[in-house]
Amino acid sequence: MPRKLSNPFSASSSERSGEQRRPSTSKSNRLSQFFSPSQKNKEQVSAQQSLLAMQQLNSSSSPQITAPSLSLPTISLSTATAGEPNSDEPPTTLFSPPSAAETRKRRRMDAQFGPLVSQSHRYVSQDTGEPLVAPVLDEPPYYYVLTTYMSYILLIFFGHARDFFGKRFSSKTTYKSLKAHNGYAPLNDDFDNFYVRRLKMRLDDCFARPTTGVPGRYITLMDRKSTNYNQTYDFTGTYTETLNMSSYNYLGFAQSEGPCADAVEETVNKYGLSCCSPRADAGTTDLALEVEQEVAKFVGKPAAMVFSMGFVTNSSSFPALVSKGCLIISDELNHASIRIGARLSGAVIRSFKHNDMSELEGKLREAISQGQPRTHRPWKKILVAVEGLYSMEGTMCDLPGILNLKDRYKFYLFIDEAHSIGALGPNGRGVCDYFNVDPARVDILMGTLTKSFGANGGYVAAEKTIIEKLKSTNASTQLGESATPSVLMQILASLKLITGELVPGQGEERLQRIAFNSRYLRLGLKRLGLIVYGHDDSPIIPVMLYNPGKMSAFSHEMLKRKISVVVVGYPATPLISSRARFCVSSAHNKDDLDRLLVACDEVGDILQLKFSTGIAGGLEPLPPGVTPEMEQEWRKENGLERVVKPPRWALEDIISQGVRDTKEPLR
Amino acid sequence: MDVQDAQKIVLSGLHVASDAFQKVPGSAVIIRYVQSSYQNDPIRSAFELVLVIFFIRYLLSPSYSTHNKNFVKLTDDEIDELVDEWQPEPLVPAVTAHEENDIERIPIIAGPAGPKSKLANGKTVSNLASYNFYNFNANEQLKERAVATLRTYGVGPCGPPQFYGTQDVHMKTEADIAKYIGTEKCIVYAQAFSTISSVIPSFCKRGDIIVADKAVNYSIRRGLEISRSNIHWFNHNDMDDLEETMKRIALEQTKKKKLTRRFIVTEGLFEIIGDSVDLPRLVELKEKYKFRVILDETWSFGVLGRTGRGLTEAQNVDPTQVDMIVGSLAGPLCAGGGFCAGPRDVVEHQRISAASYCFSAALPAMLAITASETINLIQNNPDILTTCREYTLALRAQLDPRSDWVMCTSAPENPILLLVIKPEIVKSRRLFPEEQERVLQECVEETLSNGVLITRLKTAPFAHTIRPKNEDAWCVQPALKVCATTGLSKKELEKAGTTIRHAITKVMQRRTSAKLSVPS
Ligand SMILES: Cc1ncc(COP(=O)(O)O)c(C=O)c1O
Repeated sequence: MPRKLSNPFSASSSERSGEQRRPSTSKSNRLSQFFSPSQKNKEQVSAQQSLLAMQQLNSSSSPQITAPSLSLPTISLSTATAGEPNSDEPPTTLFSPPSAAETRKRRRMDAQFGPLVSQSHRYVSQDTGEPLVAPVLDEPPYYYVLTTYMSYILLIFFGHARDFFGKRFSSKTTYKSLKAHNGYAPLNDDFDNFYVRRLKMRLDDCFARPTTGVPGRYITLMDRKSTNYNQTYDFTGTYTETLNMSSYNYLGFAQSEGPCADAVEETVNKYGLSCCSPRADAGTTDLALEVEQEVAKFVGKPAAMVFSMGFVTNSSSFPALVSKGCLIISDELNHASIRIGARLSGAVIRSFKHNDMSELEGKLREAISQGQPRTHRPWKKILVAVEGLYSMEGTMCDLPGILNLKDRYKFYLFIDEAHSIGALGPNGRGVCDYFNVDPARVDILMGTLTKSFGANGGYVAAEKTIIEKLKSTNASTQLGESATPSVLMQILASLKLITGELVPGQGEERLQRIAFNSRYLRLGLKRLGLIVYGHDDSPIIPVMLYNPGKMSAFSHEMLKRKISVVVVGYPATPLISSRARFCVSSAHNKDDLDRLLVACDEVGDILQLKFSTGIAGGLEPLPPGVTPEMEQEWRKENGLERVVKPPRWALEDIISQGVRDTKEPLR
Repeated sequence: MDVQDAQKIVLSGLHVASDAFQKVPGSAVIIRYVQSSYQNDPIRSAFELVLVIFFIRYLLSPSYSTHNKNFVKLTDDEIDELVDEWQPEPLVPAVTAHEENDIERIPIIAGPAGPKSKLANGKTVSNLASYNFYNFNANEQLKERAVATLRTYGVGPCGPPQFYGTQDVHMKTEADIAKYIGTEKCIVYAQAFSTISSVIPSFCKRGDIIVADKAVNYSIRRGLEISRSNIHWFNHNDMDDLEETMKRIALEQTKKKKLTRRFIVTEGLFEIIGDSVDLPRLVELKEKYKFRVILDETWSFGVLGRTGRGLTEAQNVDPTQVDMIVGSLAGPLCAGGGFCAGPRDVVEHQRISAASYCFSAALPAMLAITASETINLIQNNPDILTTCREYTLALRAQLDPRSDWVMCTSAPENPILLLVIKPEIVKSRRLFPEEQERVLQECVEETLSNGVLITRLKTAPFAHTIRPKNEDAWCVQPALKVCATTGLSKKELEKAGTTIRHAITKVMQRRTSAKLSVPS
């Protein structure tokens, strides 16, 4: 592999000016330079030492002598065998090279959790103390909006035309389930099903890609292809290891090695596979109680209970809290599980515009003053349900704003921290931690253990009386299966790692890495000129694509570059705002994110995604000597008052300035 | 002629209208304008006029009518006052003494759930409260496989199935189950309890018709509720009543020339009663009246049939005749998650429309592998099942005919023995359900103090679910739940059975004397 360090980007910038896009060959060189070990600096060794130490600390009590770090796992575009040590490159160490088995193990671990490149790639996720402003939503030029609508119109038109003729003349089985036959009504309504058959089917291969192994820093996809337009797939028998930007593995606990896995193994051997019984019968183990205590302690509530599924945590908890005569005011973008739970509770449900505090206040005033519909009886109680971090938008709830209203309007507050627990806050304790709010001010803190903890299930944390009531009335504790010992131990071990009770330092590293990674990637994407949604510290980064056709194109282009991403469109999002979503993890390191930025740069050009106007950030830095406070004045002086230059940074600048700027307030 | 008459009426109407219009001041201007601009084309002008009227109406209507007539207009100060005055009820009502008692009595198991379990208080008891019928939980081979899976997949798949959460192990488990039952396809959910609550609403929509047994379990009821379909109930396991209902519905629909989806929902082994449905008859009815069948085999999968395939095998019904078979991998199979097996389009439809599949993380790989392995074990060693049945009968023999107080409502092959207080005793002592619960809880405690852990059917959640209208009489009958396990020897089970019987007798007699001494 060529190893020029002078200016790895010189080739690319000349290429860009020539308006020519040759995506693969020349860029693969560029990439490999990116990830070549010589980019590491000294600090990396110590970071890897600490990572290795934590590994060893748990398995044996050997002193902290680390094997010399061989190389970063490299994925070069040309060969795409991730992490193969650079064979043509002698290890840049003075130690003797480790054995092949050791290298393999090292590589396996690195594929699950990337080594930290530099200690400077850390950041503490915390609110600045200023009121939370809603992220500016940039808008694409009208051309893209128009073409998006036109795409849908075309899709719908052709879809209906095909259905019309298909149902009349085709004997294909696809149409069978749509037609009444043999006296049975069709299994699926045409109408309900139309979107799936005619729109989603076209990009079906971007969804449910089967994987194998650990969904860590990398994820291994099973290659498949379809010869009948995604009706069925055939597996080619090959595998592709891709950079994982898709799993909710926020803190990188998806690992098959390390303290958590060791603890789980021990638990399986000791406790067996299952508790074989609902919690209320004989499924309450000492382990479950310990987990509940730890969860409660972690989120800062007196008591907690753990469920075997996050979805059911929501859908079965609301009925215990509210009932007829109560009102639930729910954010319009709340998760399906909250909506189902709310519906099952029998309470009246109203929704407010996503994160819009003035609308929430309006709804509250109306609800309290008008009382229940028809009778005008006062509501028994009002429960406001929001999520800590929204999984499609990347926005956080405006907790300070809600709490202000709560003091005035006396409603109860339910926060679903499915995505925010672990991922936000200096100690990973979710939105309360992030905004430095006493958790006692929130009545119910719910969360899932599927995401940051790499386990399964959900929890509810609240005052003791509430938890007791839930325990005695919640159907899924009374009748549903309890969480298995393996899952419980994964929760317990990862919790203890986060708090630092186990392998001190590691939890902190994970927390600070995800905070850094989130900001770094977000800033980089904005500077590239992509439209990005969400708050700066959120590890969920949606990149707007708009045209439905771009969803599958983006996903494919990324897959070509060995990166797996999630694309979402209607109905999970509004019709026009199809998007790709990156989930940042602690398991990524800066090299991974740079690799993603390179890919986004290329794909952004190919698919014409760089249309941000700059109002949402990614601006050029201020000239030397001008501080952010002076910006207004400086703009006035130079006649730049309402001038926003669309950001279209060169990749090398993004990468070279990113680390520094990430730690400043993003602009 | 009619047409001419109509024309006349219309024209005269127009005349009257135009006369009236001309009386309006300024109308002449408009007419002149209209005439000149539209070259005296009255039809076109009329059309425009209609548009204008429509437009004006649209403008005048309130921008959006969120407020109905019932809305009381209040000033800001008044609202502030109301806000200050409003006092909400506490988020949860205080925990009642009963509930507190129940929570305190939940046994805490220290260590593994096995046939002999150690409780947190240090006592070791025979565990007849777990669904560990075949003691797979202690199977070293299974543990080894689970650990091997852990070492390749980690624990959680960190994402929903649609977003890179589908792993090859899930596909294998799905294929294994489909092959085992004998259906075309299968889909695995992450939790058994919520599986059918999602399966039902993914097919049954508003306007559809569901006929359900009155004694279906809680999860099914939740599913029925979410579906918003029209629910009809038939008496528990009463196939004639079912036919009656189906006939009525079919007739109604042919009369109205309306064909909606129609479903029958019932269970293989009923969770709250323990008996099983007459499947051949059900299938016959379904074919006759063109209903689809959703069969919940949560408690019969891995239990009934020669090789444990469930009710279809036990009653010799072709599994493809049942449209959807829902089952659990979390009970006796000692894994986790649930599944729905059926034809391809049924399964694929769920992948995009079943809420708890789409919006929830996939099943941990370890549990999927365990399920595959246990299915394999049962399939290849059907004597596991025969032994369990034999033990179940032995245990049952100690309880059902011998006890003067309780009887077993479960089918003979069901390892879960549901023991209800005999009807004559309920009648003579006038035991209301709450009272029965209390008596049975005492029985559980008495049994536990003699070294046997059993439990009782949890009926509280049913209080808030959907049920036949105008039928207050129906409610879940409280019962004791005793689960057989092959982890204990037959002797031990029989002994445990005796212990339970004696404990029940003791409690009932104590109650009798208490009742006699304290007149109420
Ligand atoms: C906000 C929210 N709540 C609940 C859930 C469900 O959690 P689980 O996947 O553990 O069932 C999710 C998962 O996607 C979620 O995003």
